[in-house]
Amino acid sequence: MLKKLRSNERMRQLMAGYYMMGHSARNVAWVTSGAPVEILYAMDIYPAYPENHAALIGAAKLGPNYSEYAEKIGFSRDLCSYARCDIGCVLAQSSPIGGLPKPTFLFACNNICNTVVKWYEVLSRIFKVPLFVLDTPFVRKDVKESYIIYVRDQLVEFMDFLEKLTGEKLDDGKLQKTLMMALAGVKAYKNVLLTARNKPSPLTCFDAFINMAPIVCLRGTEYPISFYSEMKSELDERIKNGVAAVDDERIRLLWDNIPIWYQLRWLGEFFASRKACVVADTYTNAWSWMIVKDKSDILGSIAETYIYIYLNVGLERMAEAINDLIDVYDVDGVVIHSNRSCKPYSFGQYELQKMISVPSVVIEADMVDSRAFSQAQIETRLEAFLEMLT
Amino acid sequence: MIFAGIDIGSLTSKCVIIDENKILAYEISRVTPKIEDVAEMVYRNALMKANLSEKDVKVVIATGYGRNKVKFAKDRVTEITCHALGAKYLIPTTRTVIDIGGQDSKVIAVSNNVESFVMNDKCAAGTGRFLEVMASALGVEVSELGELDKKAEKSVSISSTCTVFAESEVISYLASGEKVENIVAGVHNAIASRIAAMAKRVGVKPDVVLTGGVAKNSGVKRALEKELGLEIKVPEEPQIIGALGAALIAKVRYADSRGKSEG
Repeated sequence: MLKKLRSNERMRQLMAGYYMMGHSARNVAWVTSGAPVEILYAMDIYPAYPENHAALIGAAKLGPNYSEYAEKIGFSRDLCSYARCDIGCVLAQSSPIGGLPKPTFLFACNNICNTVVKWYEVLSRIFKVPLFVLDTPFVRKDVKESYIIYVRDQLVEFMDFLEKLTGEKLDDGKLQKTLMMALAGVKAYKNVLLTARNKPSPLTCFDAFINMAPIVCLRGTEYPISFYSEMKSELDERIKNGVAAVDDERIRLLWDNIPIWYQLRWLGEFFASRKACVVADTYTNAWSWMIVKDKSDILGSIAETYIYIYLNVGLERMAEAINDLIDVYDVDGVVIHSNRSCKPYSFGQYELQKMISVPSVVIEADMVDSRAFSQAQIETRLEAFLEMLT
Repeated sequence: MIFAGIDIGSLTSKCVIIDENKILAYEISRVTPKIEDVAEMVYRNALMKANLSEKDVKVVIATGYGRNKVKFAKDRVTEITCHALGAKYLIPTTRTVIDIGGQDSKVIAVSNNVESFVMNDKCAAGTGRFLEVMASALGVEVSELGELDKKAEKSVSISSTCTVFAESEVISYLASGEKVENIVAGVHNAIASRIAAMAKRVGVKPDVVLTGGVAKNSGVKRALEKELGLEIKVPEEPQIIGALGAALIAKVRYADSRGKSEG
């Protein structure tokens, strides 16, 4: 019943190539999803993403299996399931893709949460490799100049760290080129997401979730630019031919929080069969922009972009971002996933409900740990919400 | 013209038969794992009480957790919408519906339709199941809880909102010689504070109507009234409100389909 995009298959091939690359890479860094990967690509360092890897495990419905490896040695079930899965895979020495290539070093940026700091410390002890933590101040209202100076200083330190570790010099020209490619990739990705403004939408957030890996993992290379341009053409073709992602689209919705990876298909079918299209989400949109005010100020641009991340801002700013998406995509309601794993993403959601301009419903689940998912309960809440909107 | 609503909950199944103006009959029975059979049975028994047969019924609508298993229903509607419509029908001044069912509880803000709603989180605290577990720990029947509450001299404090931990608290009160009545009052206060927190999220506007099987327990009503600081109305048979709402939707759906075919 779900309409598959041709892009899904190309994305699979692209990501298979990306994972292959890791096995022949000279230097491998394990990085958090919100880390400035451009610097790594500029130095030909391969970035491996435990979060992306854990999402893949979630989609393969193996979350509880790998989590239990971590739980057995004492990690709490309240800990983030990405962290539990990642540590679990390391302990099990396996995963659906045979595990990630061993790291040369670790790079954690706390703009997405503070769990990553402790999680990466654990990895550092397991692999006995150095860890670099990039500390981004939390933005309550606006980014202050002092924040940018503070993060920029750390970026300089990070470059010294990398040069010492690899014995190679970072070429400023190459870094600038990488940043411009990241910017072009992000723009291409944004153009894909924006096709969902069309009524009916040619795209659901579930399509966006499935196809988000390249912008996260390959940002700063040429791959996302061409991949998302092609995906955009496919979506434009749908619009031209009057093909909707959801037949007879009646209700347009926005999704908040990380996807429930092991239930993407069920959720996709649930909404489609009720003529509701989840046209956009706060998660993929987090990768759809960068702040480059001055192209010659590379480090300043990187600093500002990575400080001003959706999960690193106060509730008022989050509400503004959601209200913007509500306007841009013209949605009737918001489905809020209260994600047991992701505290910074889920904290304040009941307050957010009061601050956003359309009705919303909260469902409780977890991004990877299916033990925290109750289908009948979620079905009733979502159905009642749709009844309320019609 | 006859319409039927069937509500298959987690603990009980309910069926209400109506005509255009009034409730003709209803039936309540316990749910067994064979939900399809339960639905058939509760439907037949209700029809029998009304001296009607299946062919007299124009439209059947199903609701509740087992709604998808009621194969002979024309459509399925969630219990949120059904409780709102059912309560509004019996008590037209209803603005807030609190439904405490077997495995979940909900607070619904009502105008003409559902304005917004909140449901309990994944935990069983604040549901009928919570009371069943506590009654069993106390060695009393659920139906006795209301009367016991009236005899309480004071209320013990149950600090945990978790059903499992609250049960062990109840057991330790028993072990220390506390009177059952006082523990029952404590259990009711615990459930009421849980529900009240949820209700405040939706906003409580009078009239507040309590529905669902738990509404038959006067102790819960007492505790909730104290917690919310206002009077709560309970329909004569609060357990059938969901099924009644479903029957009312059946009536509307029939009128709609007639309108379409004639227009």
